[in-house]
Amino acid sequence: MHRPLVRLENVAKTFPDGLEALAGIDMEVGRGDFVSLLGPSGCGKSTLLRLIAGLAQPSGGQVLWPDGPPAPGRIGYVFQDPTLMPWGDVFDNVYLPLRIAGQGRGAARPAVEAALELVGLADFAHAPPHALSGGMRMRVSLARALVTRPMLLLLDEPFGALDEITRFRLNDDLLRLWGEGGWTVVFVTHSVFEAVFLSQRVLIMGPRPGRIHAAMEIELPKPRPPELRMGADYQRICAAVSASLAQAMGSC
Amino acid sequence: MLTRTAWLGRLAPALLGLLVVAGWEALVRFNDIPSYVLPGPLAVAETLWREGPGLLAALLVTLRVTLAALLVAALTGVLLAALMAQSAWIERSLMPYAVFLQVTPIVAIAPLIIIYVEQPFLALLACAWIVAFFPLVANTAAGLRSADRGLQDLFRLYGAGRLQRLRLLLWPSALPHFLAGLRISGGLALIGAVVAEFVAGTGGSETGIAFRILEAGYRLQVPKMFAGLVLLAITGIGIYGALAWFSRLLLRRWHESALPPRS
Ligand SMILES: Nc1ncnc2c1ncn2[C@@H]1O[C@H](COP(=O)(O)OP(=O)(O)O)[C@@H](O)[C@H]1O
Ligand SMILES: [Mg+2]
Repeated sequence: MHRPLVRLENVAKTFPDGLEALAGIDMEVGRGDFVSLLGPSGCGKSTLLRLIAGLAQPSGGQVLWPDGPPAPGRIGYVFQDPTLMPWGDVFDNVYLPLRIAGQGRGAARPAVEAALELVGLADFAHAPPHALSGGMRMRVSLARALVTRPMLLLLDEPFGALDEITRFRLNDDLLRLWGEGGWTVVFVTHSVFEAVFLSQRVLIMGPRPGRIHAAMEIELPKPRPPELRMGADYQRICAAVSASLAQAMGSC
Repeated sequence: MLTRTAWLGRLAPALLGLLVVAGWEALVRFNDIPSYVLPGPLAVAETLWREGPGLLAALLVTLRVTLAALLVAALTGVLLAALMAQSAWIERSLMPYAVFLQVTPIVAIAPLIIIYVEQPFLALLACAWIVAFFPLVANTAAGLRSADRGLQDLFRLYGAGRLQRLRLLLWPSALPHFLAGLRISGGLALIGAVVAEFVAGTGGSETGIAFRILEAGYRLQVPKMFAGLVLLAITGIGIYGALAWFSRLLLRRWHESALPPRS
């Protein structure tokens, strides 16, 4: 028996206004997994991610960390928006997690530069966020999440607001980084194609209250080249996932 | 380079001012209005030139009170706002008193302050401070609350302490609001200093510009009153301009209000 990194047992979240956002969530994320949460808008995906990150507390059930709760910096989080500090440049923004951890600017420089290198922004360290494109801002956000070398990366529809060309490229980059880094990823999306292309496992969620309708293993080879998106296997799996998603939404 | 329309945009107000001044001078001359009733602009200018050194020295006294009050108001305003940001309870307990200071007319409080604070400079400073204080507290407090929710989550995720949050997140978020408050308070501090001088009468050995205006009034030196008024107006505009410049300087790298328009 391997031990999962994090396990959710019968987790529920009801907001103070009485809205039941999540109910009866059971899930496990193993070390090195790439898990996607796929579901329509409003089915509680962001809420679930916040519960895992410890940014919100469940109103029922438990979020368990078999090897102890993660220390600050062990979880990287990319929000739906880039969420950058407009008063800092790219370097300041990526440096922030290390700064909070008490590292000096000089000592942190190599780590920040390495993170910027990973996302292809090495030449933009001193650009202000308002001078960057939407895709580049998202990359800064990703670099910030990676700079502490987290064991778990939580991504909340990070590419949802981007055009398809940029999104495909960032998906490819993300897969490459995941292949090299060996970290664990929980990825939230409402795109079937994105979920299937990226994940080892897709959890399909349904609404009102949010719950996990089905879990599907994605049987695709492990380095996944961009051409995979044209292949028959990929298309077939996407069709199956779409059907399951339709069921999840219809059963409410 | 300024374009034609930009030049016209700058020229138009200057032209209007010139017309008004010329009209005023003509009115005074053709109707033979004596200068103790309404002096013409030339008479005012002449007085300004003759009385310049004395008036400027007086202006400096008022300016010193104004700037000191603004500085103290900025420091206490930020301090109090930071305190309020610590808990809703602190904010709820303090805010009514800040509002109380704001809504009570300074003309009504000034005589009391001048009785209780013996040192004249401090008494004037206290009056100007009361007027300048509120926009700084209210704006800074609102600014401290305006920090982006996503960034707040981020700071929580990385286990930031109270001080780190205040210094790295809340304060930069509040800065544009604080500066907006400062621009308002700059003018208010000057008003507060002037009102206090009016109320204080002959305060100590050094007298400020407002007291000079009052004194000139007693002696029916109307042109001198106008000269003092002109100096005060220029000073007010100068303070506003300096604070606006300072604000742009601090925000020009990032804040929407100070970024150049997209071209
Ligand atoms: N802080 C909150 N207070 C009350 N309701 C909330 C709060 N956050 C989210 N919700 C509600 O919970 C539901 C799930 O939201 P969310 O997790 O953001 O869904 P998703 O990310 O899947 O679009 C929505 O109906 C949303 O309005
Ligand atoms: Mg969401």
